[in-house]
Amino acid sequence: MIKEFENFKGFSAKKLPLAEPIASGHRACQGCGEVLALRLAMKAIGMNSIVVSATGCMEIITSTFPHTAWNVPWIHVAFENAAAVASGVEAALKVLMRKGKIPQKHIDVVAIGGDGATADIGLQALSGAMERGHDFVYICLDNEAYMNTGVQRSSSTPYGAMTTTSPPGKKSFGQATKKKNVPAIAVAHNIPYVATASPAYFLDLMNKAKKAALVKGPAYLHIYSSCPTGWRHGGDLAIEISKLAVETNVFPLYEVIEGNYIINRKITKPKPVAEYLKKQGRFRHLTDDIIAEIQRQVDEEYDKLLKLAGETA
Amino acid sequence: MAKRIGMEVSIAASEAVKLADVDLIAAYPITPQTHIVEHLAEVVADGELDAAFVPVESEHSAMSCCIGSSAAGARTFTASSSQGLALMHEMLFIAPAMRLPIVMVVANRALSGPISIWNDHSDIMAEQDIAWIQTFAENGQEVFDLVLHAFRVAEDSKVLLPMIVNMDGFTLSHVIEPIEILDKAEVDKYLPPYKPKVRLDPRKPVSMGLVGVPEIYTEAKKATNEALINSKKVVVKAWKEFGDLFGRYYNPVESYKTEGAEVILITMGSISETAMTAIDKMREKGLPVGLVRFRLWKPFPATEFKKAIAGAQTLAVVDRALSPGGACGPVAEEIKAALYAERGRPKVFNFIAGLGGRDVTVENFEEIVSRAFTYAKKRPKQLYEMIGVREI
Amino acid sequence: MAKIDAIMGWKELDLGCVIRQPGSSRAFKTGDWRSQRPVVDRDKCIKCGLCWVYCPDLSMVPAEEGYYKVNLDYCKGCGICAKECPKDAITMVLEED
Ligand SMILES: Cc1ncc(C[n+]2csc(CCOP(=O)(O)OP(=O)(O)O)c2C)c(N)n1
Ligand code: SF4
Ligand code: SF4
Ligand code: SF4
Ligand SMILES: [Mg+2]
Repeated sequence: MIKEFENFKGFSAKKLPLAEPIASGHRACQGCGEVLALRLAMKAIGMNSIVVSATGCMEIITSTFPHTAWNVPWIHVAFENAAAVASGVEAALKVLMRKGKIPQKHIDVVAIGGDGATADIGLQALSGAMERGHDFVYICLDNEAYMNTGVQRSSSTPYGAMTTTSPPGKKSFGQATKKKNVPAIAVAHNIPYVATASPAYFLDLMNKAKKAALVKGPAYLHIYSSCPTGWRHGGDLAIEISKLAVETNVFPLYEVIEGNYIINRKITKPKPVAEYLKKQGRFRHLTDDIIAEIQRQVDEEYDKLLKLAGETA
Repeated sequence: MAKRIGMEVSIAASEAVKLADVDLIAAYPITPQTHIVEHLAEVVADGELDAAFVPVESEHSAMSCCIGSSAAGARTFTASSSQGLALMHEMLFIAPAMRLPIVMVVANRALSGPISIWNDHSDIMAEQDIAWIQTFAENGQEVFDLVLHAFRVAEDSKVLLPMIVNMDGFTLSHVIEPIEILDKAEVDKYLPPYKPKVRLDPRKPVSMGLVGVPEIYTEAKKATNEALINSKKVVVKAWKEFGDLFGRYYNPVESYKTEGAEVILITMGSISETAMTAIDKMREKGLPVGLVRFRLWKPFPATEFKKAIAGAQTLAVVDRALSPGGACGPVAEEIKAALYAERGRPKVFNFIAGLGGRDVTVENFEEIVSRAFTYAKKRPKQLYEMIGVREI
Repeated sequence: MAKIDAIMGWKELDLGCVIRQPGSSRAFKTGDWRSQRPVVDRDKCIKCGLCWVYCPDLSMVPAEEGYYKVNLDYCKGCGICAKECPKDAITMVLEED
C-alpha cells in the first residue's frame, strides 16, 4: 500500500475543487475531449503545480501569444522532451529547497504530452525520466493520432483507423498496426503508479490524477481523449464516445499500484465494438471482417488484462 | 588563497563549476568531454558540491533538463561535444529564446562522418545561429577562468543568456597544465548568487514558451539578438573585474606581434599557442607577420577585431571546420562579412586546417603565411584551400 | 477570427516573451465561434453539476442557489452539456445572426 494514499479519501461529485488551473479563452475545437481530460486532471492536481507541456494541440490551444490559458506556472519547450524538461524542473526544485533558496514546500511537477509526444517521439525522454525516479506526474492525453499537424497516424492509433497517413485505399484498410501499450511500458519501469482514465468517468479520472500527484516518484497517467475533429464525430459526443470506449473494453480503466494491476471498472457484458466504431468517421470504411478482427483483438487484450489483475471474466 | 596546481584541464573546468556552486548538472558522456562530467559526478557524490547531478539518457534530454532547471531558477551547467552537441541542436535555440543563463563547456571535436573523436571546430561551427554567448579558451588556465566568467556574464541581469566555453578536445581537455585554482572566498567575490528575474513558481505563475505568432516572431528574435549584441559590454566588464581581482586580464580579441605586420594570421583556440611559436620564428627571419586570435566568438567582436588588424594588408584566416560547398570556412566568412564595407580593407585568404585531430604544426603556419604573401601579389584560383591534405 | 493583439514592439516584450498574467486567454472570447447556444431550464435542473464538469470550455459556471449558467463569452456551443444533462434540462437553440 502506498503511504501517501492513506489520507486521500477521494473526490466526491458534490465537493469538487472549484479552482481551475486552465482558464477559458483557450482555442480547442468545439467539443474537444482532450482539453476536457486535461482540465479535469489539472483540477484534481490543483494550483500548487508546475506544468511542462509538449508541443501538440494542448500546447497550441492554450498558449497563443500573448494569451495563456494557464493559471499555474507553465512551460513549453518542444515536442519530444516534456519528461526531460520536467526532470530538470523537479530536480532543480528539490535542490533549491535543500539549499534554502526557495521555501520548503512540495510542488507537483506535471508533464503533459499527446500520444505522439508520448508513445513516439518522446518515448526515450519519458523512459529516462521514469527510470531516474523523478517525483513527477506524466499525463499522456491520447487522442490516437497527431492532431495538431492534421491527423497523422501515431503508434497509438488503433487498428483500422483512418488518418491522413494511414488512409484506407484499394490496398489498405487504414492503420495496419496494433495500438502500442504505453501503460505497460510505464509499468516495466517499476514506477509506483500507473493508471488509465477517461473523462466520462470524471471522479475516477480526478482521483487517479490526485493519486499520481500524491505518490512519491514517477506516476504515469494515460487518459483517453476524444477528438471530434480527427475522429470525425459530432461535437457533442465526447462523453458518449468515451463511455462507449470503456463499455466495449476498447479502453479499459485500470490502475497499476506498485506493479499490481487493479481493474477499476470491470465490464462483464461488454457492448460490441461495432457500436463504438460506427459513431466515428475514422472507422466508417471498415468491412465486417476488419470489425470482427478488431473485436477479436479487443477481447484478447482484455483477457490479458484480466490475467494481469488475477481475475476471470 | 589561490593555489597553482598541475591538473588535467577537464578537471580544472569542473573545479570551476564546483566553485561556482552550481545547483544542477545534467549531462551525457561523450569523448572528450567525459572527464568533466565524471569529476562533477564525483564531487557531488562526495558531498563536496551540493547539487543535483542528473544522469540523463541523451544530450537532447541534457539540454532539455537544463532548460527546465534554469527555468525553475537554478544555476545550471552541462558539457558536451560533437555528436552530443549536434543532438542538442534543436534545444540550443530555445534556451536563449527563453533567456536562460545555462553554462556549457564544449570540448570541441569533429562531427561525424566519418566518426572521429578528435579535435576540430566542426561541432560548434555547425551551431552558428544559436544565440549563445561563446568564448574560446587557449590554455588550461583560460578554461578555468572562462568558466567562472561565463556564469558571471550569463546570469548578469542585463544579459540573461546561455553561454558556451569552447575548449579543444584532447589538446586541451586531456592535457595536464599548471593551473591557478582560486579559492571559494575569491570566487564568491567575483560571482554573486544567481537571482532569476523569472522562475516557475506557483506563488507567481508565469507562462514560458508560448506560440510565436507572425505578429511577434520577428520582435522576439530581435529582442534576443539585441540582448546578445549588448552582452559584449558585460563580457568585457566582467573580464576587467576578473583581471583587477586576480591579475589575469582577457580581451575579446588578442593581438600578438601585430605591429608593422603585413600579414596577420587569425586563429581560435589552442592552436594559437603553436601559431605564436611560428610567428616568433618567422619574425626572427624578418618576416612582418603577427597573430590575432578570438577569445570572444559570439557576439562577434567586430569593432575590436577591426582595430586589431588595422594596418595589415593581408589576413590569413585559419578555420578548423569546413563549410562544404560554401565560399570559405565559418571564421573567414564572418570576417569577410564584417570587413566588406570597410574602406581599404585587407585581402582575406582562408585556410582550412586541423580537421579531425590533424596536427597543425609550426611548419603548417609558415606555409600558410608564405602562401598569404604570394596570394597578396597574385590572386589564387580557389576560394580557400585545405592545408596538409594529401593531393593524390 | 483571432483578434490580432500581439502587436507589440520588441522593446515592449518581457524577458524571453514570458507572460506574467495567469489566464490572460480570458481576453480571447471564443463565444463567437458558436452557432447554437445552450439554454438551461431550471424547472428541470437537479443541480447535479454535470454540465459544469463536462464543459471543455469552462462555460457552464456555478450560479446562485446551486444552479449553473452559461457564460456566453466563451461557450462554443458544442452541446456536450445538453447531451449529458441527466434531466434533459438543457436545450441547444440556434443563434440568430
Ligand atoms: C521534432 C518535431 N517533429 C515534428 C513536429 C511537428 N509536430 C508538432 S505537434 C505534432 C503532433 C502532436 O501529436 P500528439 O503528441 O499526439 O498531440 P495532439 O496534437 O494529438 O494532441 C507534430 C508531429 C515538431 N513540432 N517537432
Ligand atoms: S484537433 Fe482534436 S484534440 Fe486538437 S483541439 Fe481539436 S478537438 Fe481537440
Ligand atoms: S447537468 Fe442538467 S440537471 Fe445537472 S446541473 Fe446541469 S442543467 Fe442541471
Ligand atoms: S455548449 Fe459546450 S461549450 Fe457551451 S456550455 Fe455547453 S458544454 Fe460548454
Ligand atoms: Mg494525439
